[in-house]
Amino acid sequence: MSDTHQQSIGYVRDSMLPQATPPASETGAVKWVRQNLFLNIPNSILTLVAIFVLYKLLAGFLPWFLNGVWDAPSIRACREVLDGDAGGCFAVLTERWNQLLFGFKYPSELYWRPTLAFVLLFVAIAPVLFRKVFPAQMLIFTALYPFIAYFLIWGGSILIPIFALLGFVAGYLVYSRFVTQSFAMGFFGGIVAAFVFWWITGLLPIEGILALEPVASRDMGGFMLNLILGTVCVSLSIPFGIALALGRQSDMPIIKWICVVFIEFIRGVPLITLLFVANVVLAYFLPPGTNFDLILRVIIMITMFASAYIAEVIRGGLAALPRGQYEGAESLGLDYAQSMRLIILPQALKISIPGIVNVAVGLFKDTTLVSVISMFDLVGMIRGPILASTEWNGVYWELLGFAALLFFVVCYGISQYSQWLERQLQTDHR
Amino acid sequence: MTTLSDPPRESFRLSMLINDTRYRAYTFQFIALMLVLALFAYLGSNLVANLRAAGLNISYEFLGESSNYDINQTLIDYTSQSSHLRASIVGVLNTLLVAFLACVTATIIGVIAGVARLSPNWLVRKLMAGYVEAFRNVPVLIWIIIIFTIMTAVLPAPSAFRGEDPDASMLFGAVAFTNRGLYLPAPIWGPGSLVVVLVFIASIVGVFAYRRYATKLLYDTGKLLPMGWPSLAIFILPTLLVYFLLGRPITLEYPELAGFNFQGGTQILGSLIALWWALAIYTGAFIAENVRAGIQAVSKGQTEAAASLGLRPKRIMNLVVLPQALRVIIPPLISNYLNITKNSSLAIAVGYMDVTGTLGGITLNQTGRAIEAILLLMLFYLLISLAISALMNVYNNAMRLKER
Repeated sequence: MSDTHQQSIGYVRDSMLPQATPPASETGAVKWVRQNLFLNIPNSILTLVAIFVLYKLLAGFLPWFLNGVWDAPSIRACREVLDGDAGGCFAVLTERWNQLLFGFKYPSELYWRPTLAFVLLFVAIAPVLFRKVFPAQMLIFTALYPFIAYFLIWGGSILIPIFALLGFVAGYLVYSRFVTQSFAMGFFGGIVAAFVFWWITGLLPIEGILALEPVASRDMGGFMLNLILGTVCVSLSIPFGIALALGRQSDMPIIKWICVVFIEFIRGVPLITLLFVANVVLAYFLPPGTNFDLILRVIIMITMFASAYIAEVIRGGLAALPRGQYEGAESLGLDYAQSMRLIILPQALKISIPGIVNVAVGLFKDTTLVSVISMFDLVGMIRGPILASTEWNGVYWELLGFAALLFFVVCYGISQYSQWLERQLQTDHR
Repeated sequence: MTTLSDPPRESFRLSMLINDTRYRAYTFQFIALMLVLALFAYLGSNLVANLRAAGLNISYEFLGESSNYDINQTLIDYTSQSSHLRASIVGVLNTLLVAFLACVTATIIGVIAGVARLSPNWLVRKLMAGYVEAFRNVPVLIWIIIIFTIMTAVLPAPSAFRGEDPDASMLFGAVAFTNRGLYLPAPIWGPGSLVVVLVFIASIVGVFAYRRYATKLLYDTGKLLPMGWPSLAIFILPTLLVYFLLGRPITLEYPELAGFNFQGGTQILGSLIALWWALAIYTGAFIAENVRAGIQAVSKGQTEAAASLGLRPKRIMNLVVLPQALRVIIPPLISNYLNITKNSSLAIAVGYMDVTGTLGGITLNQTGRAIEAILLLMLFYLLISLAISALMNVYNNAMRLKER
């Protein structure tokens, strides 16, 4: 047959051509560059501009960083070593790292204590962050961590954190005794029991029993202070935020309006005014003669601030749940506390995780504002004691860059984790 | 009349306040109200006791007293003889000024960066992602301090502009960047300048009128008038014409070096520039993410449907994508404006005299009226944010999808 065709129509090819490789401009790196960098003329101009900007940034940054002096006693010594070349004076970091991290008053022989607390922080939050990897028993350590960290950082008698812990235990015992009758009774009974326990133990003389050397709150400083404020206020504000969000959703008008006024007031004013309140006004509202720690007052105000924001995030989560979930819980015969605990909140909190993480990151960044009310956190240390000292007056970029880098690492890490968690928790259709 | 199916009528018993869900809500609310009242009473009694012990009282008379301090940047007349009230108003105006400037700049930066993050160009995309991540994850206070340091420690002193061969020179011979601030030419309003301004305003109105007319004509008759060039012409030409006809009534006064400093022109303080640009660049990173999310929220089917109707890419963007994206973008944009206004209180860190610096700073320290000053300060910020929330509600109601 093929023969006939070959004779009648000679132009039909009867054998396959070997497969040719695609043209060089349509494969591999060349194609990628063409598609991504030089698609058309405006695009090419943009690419050139971007390359120029990158070149300018690197040309400024690299010599400064690579030429940096890491070992010198003062900025003048730095300049002598550099001898007119471009270069950073990173010696300030190697010389003053302890002040940047711990503040200038924390006793240097005790640095191991906050460092240990910091390392243990990772052990404590690991089972919370990566539930599938770590055994659930590690959560016991997480529950104990706040008391261990307090003992390590502030020192003093070990009985203080132990009694604080026992107060929670007493509260829990009362709660589990009464919760079978009514959640409200168990909840409030537990709170009362804990306070009664603390009040009784507060009367005991426990000075100096099994004590670490105590460190006063006003001696805290540096990045440690930012971390303390950030972790304490975020973890405290989540339960308060949940309570406020539930209160705002409640159909009891008085409770609803108390929550609305609180949330809107706090969200309407800048954090700095609340810090002013903590600094100068709060003392007027406390009983005459009480002398609160500044750090404690600041923690109270920042926690109030953060809980208002977290409440709004959680309210969004509650509102996003379909009405059927609420009705389903009711039709199972669950009461309010049970349906919230078992059905509504687990789903609402899951939806709110990205928002909560955003608030946490924002709050951690906002802890730098305490430098305005003359507390020596990382920024306060840089602007205060270090830049004001005769040795390092004028070392701006190295210090500010270091501060920016520390915050960037922490905040970027948290936001990346939240994105990962969001993908993990996605239980709907993928 | 009663039937057998009616439940037996219970008389009200006291235990029902706790056990009956119908009445329990009242108990809880009563307890909550009492607790709040008790808290306020406790705080109030402490306040009264503390004030009596310190020999103080609550009074706003200090607002009328002379302030005795100077403010380096004022929008209205102010001397150190003026009252504390006037100092506070100067501060309020300064707050509004920096907030307005930062909002405008942040919107421009954010929109450009947000659109650039969706660019087909890989390098531009990555560069903008780097910008957004770098600025979102570092506290705004650090950015304010960094820009303030550039303004005060890196820029040359005015004396560097002096001499035959100066170390620094003015940009275009008109703008001087010094460590005491930015010196710009200032307009001098000569006689007849009012006419020019009026013509300028009228031409803006004219542009809108022309565009309305063109749209109406398009819808009525299908005739398409050109938009771009005529708008530009109406915008520029009449003003220029009147300006030259009247013999150039508006002239510029250039800053000149005199003595140790520049004289003439407008001075913009380094602290204002630091606050303005730090807030703008920082919030711009957040706005960029909102813009990107808003554009991505418009489903691809919309673009494709518009294309299949025969619309050109520019019209798809203007008529189909943008109106839907704006619905997503604008609410977070407004709350970002609110954040800028609240973050502008960080002015106190660089010495810019906003309301936190005057009322909450020097006035508070001079008079010792901490409670009154901070109360007023909070009230001001609260009013601003309530106003902005009200605006947002109006917008949301107007923009809500009208469902039938």
